[in-house]
Amino acid sequence: MSIAQIIVTLAGLGLIGLIAWYFWFSEKKETVIGTAASGIQEAFIKVKGGYSPDVIVVEAGKPVRLNFNREETAVCSEQVLFPDFEKQATLTPFKTVTLEITPEKPGEYNFQCGMGMLHGKIIAR
Amino acid sequence: MTKDPVCGMSVDESTEFQSEFEGKKFFFCSAACKSKFDAEPGKYAEAHKEQFPAAQLKKATATSHADGTQNLKLPIIGMHCSTCAVTIEKTVGKLAGVGQVHVNIATNDAFVEYDPSRVSAKEISESIGSAGYRVGRETLKLGIGGMYCASCVTKIEDGLKRIPGVLTSSVDLASESAIIEYVPAVVQIKPIKDVVEKLGYKTFDTIPPRDGIEGEEMDETQKAHQQEYKSLMRKFIFAAVVSVPVVFFSYPTIFGIMSFMKVGTSSFEIVSIAMAAATLAVMAYSGAQFFTSAVAAFRSRSANMNTLVASGVSAAWLYSTVAVLFPSVFPSKTLAGEFYDVVAVVIALVILGMALEVRAKGKSSEAIKKLIGLQAKTARVVRDGKETDIPMEEVVLDDIIIVRPGEKIPVDGIVTDGASSVDEAMITGEPLPVEKGAGDEVIGGTINKTGSFRFKATKVGKDTALAQIINMVQQAQSSKAPIARTVDKVASYFAPAVIITGILAFIVWFDFGPQPALVYALIVFVATLVIACPCALGIATPISLMVGVGKGAENGILIRSGSALETAQKLNAIVLDKTGTITKGKPALTDVVTVNGFKEDEILSLAASVEKASEHPLAEAIVNGAQDRKVKTTDTESFNAIPGKGVEAKVTGKHVLLGNLKLMKQFSIDSAALDQKVGQLAEDGKTPMYVAVDKKLAGLVAVADTVKEDSKVAVAQLQKMGLEVVMLTGDNERTAKAVARQVGITRVFADVLPEDKAHNVQKIQMEGKKVAMVGDGINDAPALAQADVGLAIGTGTDVAIEASDITLIKGNLSGVVAAIDVSRATMKNIHQNLFGAFFYNILGIPIAAGLLFPFFGILLSPMIAGAAMAFSSVTVVTNANRLRAYKLKLQ
Repeated sequence: MSIAQIIVTLAGLGLIGLIAWYFWFSEKKETVIGTAASGIQEAFIKVKGGYSPDVIVVEAGKPVRLNFNREETAVCSEQVLFPDFEKQATLTPFKTVTLEITPEKPGEYNFQCGMGMLHGKIIAR
Repeated sequence: MTKDPVCGMSVDESTEFQSEFEGKKFFFCSAACKSKFDAEPGKYAEAHKEQFPAAQLKKATATSHADGTQNLKLPIIGMHCSTCAVTIEKTVGKLAGVGQVHVNIATNDAFVEYDPSRVSAKEISESIGSAGYRVGRETLKLGIGGMYCASCVTKIEDGLKRIPGVLTSSVDLASESAIIEYVPAVVQIKPIKDVVEKLGYKTFDTIPPRDGIEGEEMDETQKAHQQEYKSLMRKFIFAAVVSVPVVFFSYPTIFGIMSFMKVGTSSFEIVSIAMAAATLAVMAYSGAQFFTSAVAAFRSRSANMNTLVASGVSAAWLYSTVAVLFPSVFPSKTLAGEFYDVVAVVIALVILGMALEVRAKGKSSEAIKKLIGLQAKTARVVRDGKETDIPMEEVVLDDIIIVRPGEKIPVDGIVTDGASSVDEAMITGEPLPVEKGAGDEVIGGTINKTGSFRFKATKVGKDTALAQIINMVQQAQSSKAPIARTVDKVASYFAPAVIITGILAFIVWFDFGPQPALVYALIVFVATLVIACPCALGIATPISLMVGVGKGAENGILIRSGSALETAQKLNAIVLDKTGTITKGKPALTDVVTVNGFKEDEILSLAASVEKASEHPLAEAIVNGAQDRKVKTTDTESFNAIPGKGVEAKVTGKHVLLGNLKLMKQFSIDSAALDQKVGQLAEDGKTPMYVAVDKKLAGLVAVADTVKEDSKVAVAQLQKMGLEVVMLTGDNERTAKAVARQVGITRVFADVLPEDKAHNVQKIQMEGKKVAMVGDGINDAPALAQADVGLAIGTGTDVAIEASDITLIKGNLSGVVAAIDVSRATMKNIHQNLFGAFFYNILGIPIAAGLLFPFFGILLSPMIAGAAMAFSSVTVVTNANRLRAYKLKLQ
């Protein structure tokens, strides 16, 4: 094996490790939503190639109001689905679309785009 | 006002449709009614003598009291619990000038008594807002003419704000319009316009900018789709145009320009740099979304199709550009290859694929668009005795609405006068028009065919059957079939896994591949990234679900969720409730038997005349039976009900007895001649009654709950589909078996108490079967919930039946066949899609990684990989759209 081959092999394997760690094993950043005096928890989510924030921590048993603002026209992100709540919203580009859910029990509730390419989750505690 | 003698509708005497008959004037609602009358005036004039009482009108708006306080009804959005109601009551109650506040959590309405001189509707609405809730409101965009200065603006704004029910108003001088937010339950558009006009300005209608209403959003989505398609096509054309020269110069050997493109010559260098610049432009313009999306995804620690395409083409471009600018970096000249063609062609193809997908996806959601399109825009209501056209949103409960021939019925209601036939196919799937008369239910969104009528609104806004259907279909389309959850798990690991595979392929080719190893390694890396299509995988289930659920809705089958659909195709047994499901649920006359020289018509006439005076449910069947057979009835002279036995009456001088054996015995009538026949009829599940005339046995009339026309065929169809059909009924075994025999069911559970129905469903489940239960949704709710799939047979506008997984709007068994059929077809389609997508990726990725090279010398060009990827997701969407053309059984 030449030196170049060894370098490429090691670098490649290192990159693989990094990718696996970054996408699968690293802790995602969580955004904790506070509860307003009215008892409503409100989050604003930007939709552009993904959801940001995409991990939203809320308090269980209280209604959560999610305001999606889709800042792109790519059809991929047109719909947002909350399969656990059987709710969906069609996101009109460059407009805020509001959706309300109430996670009654603590747990993780995923949401995603219509094709299942973009993911996010609500963690109720 | 007078009545149209043909259709019975109230008409104004000023109408142009008039006729004279026997010196009397008659008025009509339309030319159609007038021509009918002119054809046989005698018939209608006679009927006209019967006068109908005028319908009472009731208004539901804000009411003023003598002391100046007003009552306000505000629809509240965002209430989830009873404490919410208390919160609102407390918050609003604190406001000065507010009297009583009552919030109804069930209807989501707040009733506020307030003094408009001390507090405004806007302040009340704001205080509700501060409590964390919203007030249901409409936005009106009103064109205003005659404004010249800024003071006009304030004048109009002030005037508008003083109207109770108007929350905000903003007048724009430049666009000559006002945006007004108002509560539709309190104030209508007309008074708002009046106020503006009273101030001395002109008003005209503009298109209302309604936010948050599904129908409008759908249109915007459609518009967005079109724009996206156009923009993608522009991007594709740019990439394609650039691709042509880039491909031409990238293959100098093929196009015979080898000498011109010799490495190291100045012409080669210039062309190469030009290609680098051109493809960079393609990446920046056509491919921009891959990069922005990839970056966004990367930030949220996820990867998707865009990540793959972006990394693939960037790798190809960077490598090529390094080779052009710094060829000395590479140890040998053969390594300094260029892949600009890959960059341009892959981007062009993937973008084209996306454009085609946008097109195809528009079709997939056509069913729901059609449903939304069914909603009427305006309604012609009678208010204060006048007919006015108002927007749909302003129709309130108990409004009297007028519908003319060819018009759409705006909301659900009950016909008060007039008659017509109505095309309900779009809601129920029933192909033939349905006759409607006073007291009949009409469904919003259906089309009135022939006559005119008035009806009272019983369900408006979000409560109408159509709104609920739309809601249910959207809910189902957003739910997930259990199979999709598995797919999602795979999909979430997919994109990073592909990148890892690409890197592994790169290493293997670099270490063990033929020379030039670096070039091969790069080709397989790019091809692997580009060929993988997580999109096809992700879209496989939801797109078919969307088309399938929509297909069901078009045929009057409402599927509540993806899991209901998935379970429905796995069924082994189907339990049918007898009454109302297999049978009509209403007894009808079936047999007339005669003895001792009596005639059939004679007996039936006497029996029906007697029963006309009776209130027994079986009596109605006999009277209707006589009417159907065109047998005349007369009035009884005396009538005496003998409890538990029957009736005794005098008809046209004859003494008539009608009842059971006990009645015959009581009057010592010899019934032996008919005893055998009675036994036979009872065996068939019918209820026979003896008829005796002047103390002499005359014959029998028998009634029974008859089987629906399509039940037998539907049961046979279900059995053919491999389902065990079971009948469940509270009736006695003899009647149950008789009905079962008629429709071809062998397994019967009879004498089942209503509360035991669920238990019996469970019994069949214990046999290891997946069981569907078909029932009416009210009495059968526990059984429907117990079953793996509960199918409720709906009646008219009552569509959102809680306990059911599937609701059939058209109340017969062929709907059950169609529901199972559509579920099976959809699941089959989903399986095809998933198989296709998995198969494609499982096959495509190794080939792109160069697995076939050592054996067959086959290596995939990244451009072919790009084409394959672009069309794999288009194929999935197209396959799902095939479902739209699927022909349902028995429909």
